[in-house]
Amino acid sequence: MVCLDPRIENLSPPELEEMQFRLLKSQVYRLYSFSPFYHQRMREAKVHPDDLRSLDDVAKLPFMYKRDLRDNYPDKLFSAPRREIVRYHASSGTTGKPTIVGYTRHDIDMWTTSLARSLTSIGLGPDDVVQVSNTYGLFTGGLGFHYAAERIGAAVVPASTGNTDRQIELIKDLGVTAMAATPSYLLHLGEVAEKKGVSIKDDTKLRVGLLGGEPWSMKMRDRIQDWLGIKGINCYGTSELSGPMFSECSEQDGIHIWGDIAYIEIIDPDTGERLGPGERGELVLTMLQKEAMPMVRYRIGDITEVDTERCACGRTHPRIRRIFGRVDDMLIVRGINVFPSQVEHTLMGIPEVGEHFQIVVERKGTLDTMLVRVELKKEAFTDNILQLIELRERISHRLRNSLNVGATVELVEPDTLPRFEGKAKHVVDKREI
Amino acid sequence: MYEQYRVKQLSIFSENRPGRLASVAKAMKEEDVNIYAFSIAEGAGYGVIRALVDQPEKAYQKLAAIGFTVRFTDVLAVEMEDRPGGLFDAIATLGEAGINIEYSYAYSGRRCAVLILRVEDLETAAGKLLERGARLLEVSQFT
Repeated sequence: MVCLDPRIENLSPPELEEMQFRLLKSQVYRLYSFSPFYHQRMREAKVHPDDLRSLDDVAKLPFMYKRDLRDNYPDKLFSAPRREIVRYHASSGTTGKPTIVGYTRHDIDMWTTSLARSLTSIGLGPDDVVQVSNTYGLFTGGLGFHYAAERIGAAVVPASTGNTDRQIELIKDLGVTAMAATPSYLLHLGEVAEKKGVSIKDDTKLRVGLLGGEPWSMKMRDRIQDWLGIKGINCYGTSELSGPMFSECSEQDGIHIWGDIAYIEIIDPDTGERLGPGERGELVLTMLQKEAMPMVRYRIGDITEVDTERCACGRTHPRIRRIFGRVDDMLIVRGINVFPSQVEHTLMGIPEVGEHFQIVVERKGTLDTMLVRVELKKEAFTDNILQLIELRERISHRLRNSLNVGATVELVEPDTLPRFEGKAKHVVDKREI
Repeated sequence: MYEQYRVKQLSIFSENRPGRLASVAKAMKEEDVNIYAFSIAEGAGYGVIRALVDQPEKAYQKLAAIGFTVRFTDVLAVEMEDRPGGLFDAIATLGEAGINIEYSYAYSGRRCAVLILRVEDLETAAGKLLERGARLLEVSQFT
């Protein structure tokens, strides 16, 4: 196993916890002293840095939320003076204002180090050519992978998003071996390539997909691996943390969260109570070394599970399972929690339909109705309308079984549902509540 | 057997929204393809457009190229006399022969009227119809 930082990546659990406690304590002291926001937040929660006597005492600290960033727009939350800030990024604000994230030189370095460790754990290195097909700019996906890939000595192709024909040409001509993108864009690229007569599997050297930015299912990964011949590596990170920071290793068995960079907890989203390993709940992150802004017990809104066992690769740091959904993406249809990822998972098990879908929720009278629009594959089209109706009913039946709520299914023509180059937006909610 | 009677019908998958049929017709016009007959079968939210044309290959290529999901379906074309009772004669034969129809439509051409039939077992149906003296149009008569 090749490690970027072998000493840290292989710490025994007690050593790692000791290191985390030390980092947590100094981070909280620093924020209490230098962040007016966090100082006040701690005073309100009647907790003082001296109350932290063990790592478990982290539970005494108050939560932070996305709205804290919005309410303190643009930089009232910052815990470093302006002259130490070397970069800004912004996250797409789904509710109006974007949220601004600042970075000190050390923050950029830790971000890069974290993702570079991850890329190394996948087996990438100086022999690789990494095409970064995430947006460059205020979005962190482009520059994050760019810096990390350069750090490990790989050659970077900063393709950014769009112009899929050009992307395919670059992959072929430059011998690209790894590509950072959203999983839905990678599949879209595969479709476009196929139409041009290029098989990603047979005609290119692309073997690793650095995928994230949207929830995706195991079935989608299987399709990427079987059809495109690309190992689909799940990556994780948001602008609040810095950007894409963590990923699975070559074992593809959970995302390693470097414990010296982030401390993770899983909580019940309704009660805030901490859950144990293997229990599914909301991920809460504490960035242990971040300078520019406090990120303590941050309610990131992703639903996952944590695994504290040592990975087959030998690394000891805790891993999170894939992201099962978002606390705020969760649709409530007729009182039932519905995650778009469940719909995706069900559809991927039906060979006649493609992986693109759209959920339309409406309220008719007092009743919610859910419509799932899905593309019929060209080869599954039959002249026999009864068979099409049977297929529609079969999909509807499977959805009802997995979601516990009824859905109407509409078969649409291939290539007609919107494709996404950034985050996939599967849900159209027309309800006025 | 009966290869000569396997008439290539185009079946096109189409969502039920304005303009889809027009884009099929426009494509045929652009390719100079003549449409003998067509029908639309509707099932919640989408339909299947079925058409008999003089140049099926050319039509197929064009429709596929502009993004339609299209395939060929083999159908039988039974000649009918274009007079009162013509349809009855053709259908009576079908009943006697015990042939189950998936779907059917008809058109009135220059020389005669034609009944298009989609059946489960085309071989058996063609044999039985011919035995009872029905006149089947051959593929060559469409091109």
